[in-house]
Amino acid sequence: MAVDLPDNVVITRLDRLVSWCRKNSLWPMPFATACCGIELMATGASRHDLARFGAEVFRFSPRQCDLMIVAGRVVMKMLPVLQRIWQQMHEPKWCISMGACASTGGVFDTYSVVQGIDRFVPVDMYVPGCPPRPEQLIQAIVDLQEKIQREGTALGREFAAPGRQRPPRALEER
Amino acid sequence: MAEAETIERLQAMFPGLGISQFRDQTRVLVPVGELYHVLQTLKELLGFDFLVDITCVDYLQYRGARDRFGMVYLLANAETAERITVRCFVNDPDPVVPSVVPLWEGANWLEREVWDLFGIRFRGHPDLRRIVLPEAFTAHPLRKDYPLQGRGERHNFPVIRRGEA
Repeated sequence: MAVDLPDNVVITRLDRLVSWCRKNSLWPMPFATACCGIELMATGASRHDLARFGAEVFRFSPRQCDLMIVAGRVVMKMLPVLQRIWQQMHEPKWCISMGACASTGGVFDTYSVVQGIDRFVPVDMYVPGCPPRPEQLIQAIVDLQEKIQREGTALGREFAAPGRQRPPRALEER
Repeated sequence: MAEAETIERLQAMFPGLGISQFRDQTRVLVPVGELYHVLQTLKELLGFDFLVDITCVDYLQYRGARDRFGMVYLLANAETAERITVRCFVNDPDPVVPSVVPLWEGANWLEREVWDLFGIRFRGHPDLRRIVLPEAFTAHPLRKDYPLQGRGERHNFPVIRRGEA
């Protein structure tokens, strides 16, 4: 059955449409604790201009954000704060672990530095570098947008999928 | 560097103090029993009115060291720009030195930091709590017998998964 549509009407799935809206309006929560935070600021500033990707609205209230960018090392005194901020953010939400320290602890293999935030909070995208260039962070946001578009659903069913529930990494010391 | 006259006056009041010079720095080695009195004299009679820093060194397994903890007090005279370093050794099992908060109010947080990281108690301190590490921390991590990577404190957190918020 052929349906005669006018030119200004597009048919799509609701999931696609919702994901399209979400991916182009990521509001970052800047959890910047170290030098990666400087690159994060540079990414948001005019030269690199994160606004081109719809993610320039840095909000300092987790209630208004849906993308947490952890930029810098997280010490054991800061981790409960990070977890609370993550829990205060509304679903759907994503997390970018920016830089070597946030992802693995980096060179700070000491008693107080958490060896990778993905041990304790879910992480969607890792950015390597020490610190990463703004281009790398933009690439991570673009990749995250692609991920949201690819697997996003209107009701957030993808977050409950077993593939997203990665088992926590082994916590024993070697 | 302290002036010769200052050193002479200090030596006259406390004979037997080990006073030495190294690269234009004046160091005074004080037994722990006289520590408070020496610092009080330096402040009130010799004009060292500014406490620059209080810190500590752990000499565990240090070559040639006989005592374990070396307390370091850095003082300055704001009028003559003299500087002096006062050192004092304390040992296990209960390293304790008198608090100098009655002399310099600013010693409060400095002593809390030394307590936090080295576990040296300050007798008479008004509020000897941890200042840098979390309250629940049990060790004193700048001691040389504390492992660099800790005793698992950095792993002792709940894991938050997707959908648990």
